[in-house]
Amino acid sequence: MIVYGVALLSGCLILGMIIGEALGAALNVDANVGGVGIAMIFLVLASNSEKFRSLTQDAAGSGIKFWSAMYIPIVVAMAARQDVAGATEGGLLAIVAGVAAVTVSFALVPILSKIGKKSATEEN
Amino acid sequence: MDIIETVFVRNNLVVAFAVVGVTIWISYLLADKLTAGRIHGSAIAIALGLIAAYFGGVATGGRTGVADFALLGGIGLMGGGMMRDFAIVATAFGVQLSELRKAGLAGIISIFAGVIVSFVVGAAVAILFGYTDAAAITTIGSGAVTYIVGPVTGEAIGASDTVITLSVAAGLVKSILVMIGTPLVAKYIGLNNPQSAMVFGGLMGTTSGVAAGLAATDPKLVPYGAMTATFYTGVGCLLGPSVLFFLVSAIY
Repeated sequence: MIVYGVALLSGCLILGMIIGEALGAALNVDANVGGVGIAMIFLVLASNSEKFRSLTQDAAGSGIKFWSAMYIPIVVAMAARQDVAGATEGGLLAIVAGVAAVTVSFALVPILSKIGKKSATEEN
Repeated sequence: MDIIETVFVRNNLVVAFAVVGVTIWISYLLADKLTAGRIHGSAIAIALGLIAAYFGGVATGGRTGVADFALLGGIGLMGGGMMRDFAIVATAFGVQLSELRKAGLAGIISIFAGVIVSFVVGAAVAILFGYTDAAAITTIGSGAVTYIVGPVTGEAIGASDTVITLSVAAGLVKSILVMIGTPLVAKYIGLNNPQSAMVFGGLMGTTSGVAAGLAATDPKLVPYGAMTATFYTGVGCLLGPSVLFFLVSAIY
């Protein structure tokens, strides 16, 4: 049943969001701390586990794959509802701060990726 | 005309599916014919979305791009946080546990490095533009983290409304730039494997920017980048009004 996979996906998201909210409350932060990331870890664990086979194989699995494939269309809709006009109204300061932050962060990707590779080879 | 409007408004989510579908079809056609596949169709679709959002915002004066047009209200639901998170989690289906373990440490380091680096850069720009009070510098620095961390920090430490608005704008610029820039720089920063995607998500942090940027680069990398990115805003909200504000206050 397709809906079994969709229900598993929903369950993971709800559980992750609850934990994220609780983490936020525990840390006294007005934000969901990693809820989506935690939900993704649940789904990874479920899809790698034998116990959840009936919820992730065949038709049930295609219920999850459908939403995974709807990801790009949803992102396009998300882009279309951004406050782009607001971003440009912020003026020069906002643009300079945004551009500078992105440029420096881009430059750090290869440097930190090297740390990842090093620790991975050490483990092996 | 009234009949059409009623149908569109009543079925707004269905209208959104159709509009987005046509947009993506046109984008892939353009990618194929104009750029010979050099620019990914989804990158063009996202850029078209952003352009439409700009004109939507200018025409309606609203804050949610084209979704402020009554006829396209469904775009707001389709592209809203709930659907975005649902689809992002779905992309984790089929991810291998071993890949996550490999990038674990670098992923965590990148989240903290990303928040602190963006904050320092944003705060430095604020100082260059002549701000001298700690609350304003901290808030603008936090805006360069993400457009959620900016206002959360600003409200917590009592920054002015103007400064909070600036911080949101800085975060929006960052998010949009990551969406557009990622596919263009991917080759040069080695963004072609799960490990670097997790580092990338942790460094950039803006969930929308990372999600769209990676989708336009290589959809297979999306779950890895999104997983670390979703922790970033939380870490930012944690550090902004506390450690980072204290540090700035100590200097100013």
